[in-house]
Amino acid sequence: MKQEGTIMLEYKLAFRNLFGAGLRTWLNVTVLSIAFVIIIFYNGMLDGWNRQARNDTKAWESGSSQIWHHLYDPYDQFTIADAHAKVPAEYKPDIDRNLITPVLIAQATAYPGGRLVNVLLKGITPSQTILELPTVALGQNQENTEDYIPAIVGTRMAHSAKLKQGDNLLVRWRDANGTFDAREVKIAAIYKTTVPTIDNGQIWIPLEKLREMTSMPDEATYIVIGADYKEILKERGDGRQLQGWIYKDEKALLKELDDVIAAKKGGSKIVYGLLLAIALLAIFDTQVLSIFRRQKEIGTYIALGMTRLRVIWIFTIEGSTHSILAILLGSIWGIPLLMLIQKTGIPMPSSVDQAGLAIGDSISPFYSAGMILSTILLVVISSTIVSYLPTRRISKMRPTDALRGKMI
Amino acid sequence: MDNELIVKLENVTKRFPAGKTEFTALSNINLTFGKGEFAGLVGPSGSGKTTLLNIIGSLDTPTEGKAIVLGKTINSLSHKEAAALRNYGIGFIFQTYNLLPVYSVYDNVEFALLLQTMGSTQRKKAVMEALDWVGLADRASSKPSTLSGGECQRVAIARAMVKRPQLVLADEPSANLDSNNSHNIVQTMKRLNKELNTTFIFSTHDQKVMQYLERVIYLKDGKVERDETGGNNHAGI
Repeated sequence: MKQEGTIMLEYKLAFRNLFGAGLRTWLNVTVLSIAFVIIIFYNGMLDGWNRQARNDTKAWESGSSQIWHHLYDPYDQFTIADAHAKVPAEYKPDIDRNLITPVLIAQATAYPGGRLVNVLLKGITPSQTILELPTVALGQNQENTEDYIPAIVGTRMAHSAKLKQGDNLLVRWRDANGTFDAREVKIAAIYKTTVPTIDNGQIWIPLEKLREMTSMPDEATYIVIGADYKEILKERGDGRQLQGWIYKDEKALLKELDDVIAAKKGGSKIVYGLLLAIALLAIFDTQVLSIFRRQKEIGTYIALGMTRLRVIWIFTIEGSTHSILAILLGSIWGIPLLMLIQKTGIPMPSSVDQAGLAIGDSISPFYSAGMILSTILLVVISSTIVSYLPTRRISKMRPTDALRGKMI
Repeated sequence: MDNELIVKLENVTKRFPAGKTEFTALSNINLTFGKGEFAGLVGPSGSGKTTLLNIIGSLDTPTEGKAIVLGKTINSLSHKEAAALRNYGIGFIFQTYNLLPVYSVYDNVEFALLLQTMGSTQRKKAVMEALDWVGLADRASSKPSTLSGGECQRVAIARAMVKRPQLVLADEPSANLDSNNSHNIVQTMKRLNKELNTTFIFSTHDQKVMQYLERVIYLKDGKVERDETGGNNHAGI
């Protein structure tokens, strides 16, 4: 005599029992579906922010990659005075073809409204198109640049220095020999960007003008590489062989951003971990209660010829089916809601970009297939585990006690 | 009744732990049951009737002695082998019916067959036939909660019989039923015993059931006090 049957029987029984439980099932399913949708929303928000921040940072600041002067450290102001050198000769044709663009940085002091503000003067080629900075404004009225230096600033800088387009601003700097000089720059344009690191305390002027002002002809602090040039550069060895210059790939340039997003994700995991725990606790509680109340049923299953393992399966499937139903229910109300949020975006208050990260006026969540799949797996696997744990008591249950409904 | 041996109990003793001591529920039971027997274990509460049925039904094992049921030694069966024995060879009828409340009458009876390999057409035929035996074919789609106690027990009988087991164990099947229903369900079982030559072993202390039994085994304090054959007043039913 051999016990036959397929796993389908367990599923059939589990589904019948689950639907037979009525309201209790649907309460658990509803709580779990809320956790499921919120997890996707949270992750979608962070992924959406991450995508937007990465795209904007690449478009406005980092390009596809960069080559830095070996002394340059953007987080150490003391390095800036020394972090400059002549652009390697082999790059010059590529600069002319607008495949790469050099940037020179000099420390300076600005005097907006008679106040003193430390700023970075950044020289960039007005005709460059690699970065989205409106540098074209720096090239207008070039013939008059003897009279003034055209400059562009971001909205944050303009706001803090109370500058508007057309204003003159006195700046003072030291050239390569350490000699102080001062000139007025004229605000040719004010740009709005989501990337605060190219805005706060920064004044962009024509590269050649800055080289002339600082007596650093043909020099640069770093070179921004356009997307088209990345492959060419790879063939040349990523510029690592050039003495005095260091190649920084996209991963290195966006590391800080990735770290912040990872930290944000870590924090959000606590929130949705708590939500999921509440939902899973409800399932666990239901399973414990169910096994306690249905001992006679368990005994009957065994008496009718089921193995304990199959009975455990029935109860585990019952519990884990909560997650399947939660995903279905969550899809019904969650998909339209999440799509609406994706379409409209979540408005972000202007204060949030003071953290120094690229963040737009609104964030549109991004729901990747991988993220949705991993969330589904998380919910299904965790609910299966909490469904299984209480059922282990069945394996210790004596069928004779179970049939009598005797407490275990 | 033919001579084929269905159950053989040799010096079966069952002890349960009771605090620091042990309680002896069965002591040196020696019994045999042949094919087609309609026998009952009779005795007061605590006499060991249910314990003996549980051992015969492979739901429990003897502490000492040997129980052989349908050729299998209960003492040495694994959980899986015991489940297979119950699945194919033994039907159970419980005092409290033990129907699965979320299933219909049909589903409850079908359940016993779902554990076996049987085609759906054959299964449906077998279920309807079993419901016919107990006169509940017209209630196939009803839920147990809508049935009377007698009807529930008849569903339980159909569930026990649908797989055509060689042995049916009925633990106080009439304890929750009124007089009419008690007679009715015992008559039904008696009829099936005759028609299908299935061995029935009851535990009971109900006089209404006892009068139908062909063999009555009196238990007292876990021991066989008397084993009487031929006391059946309704053998012809």
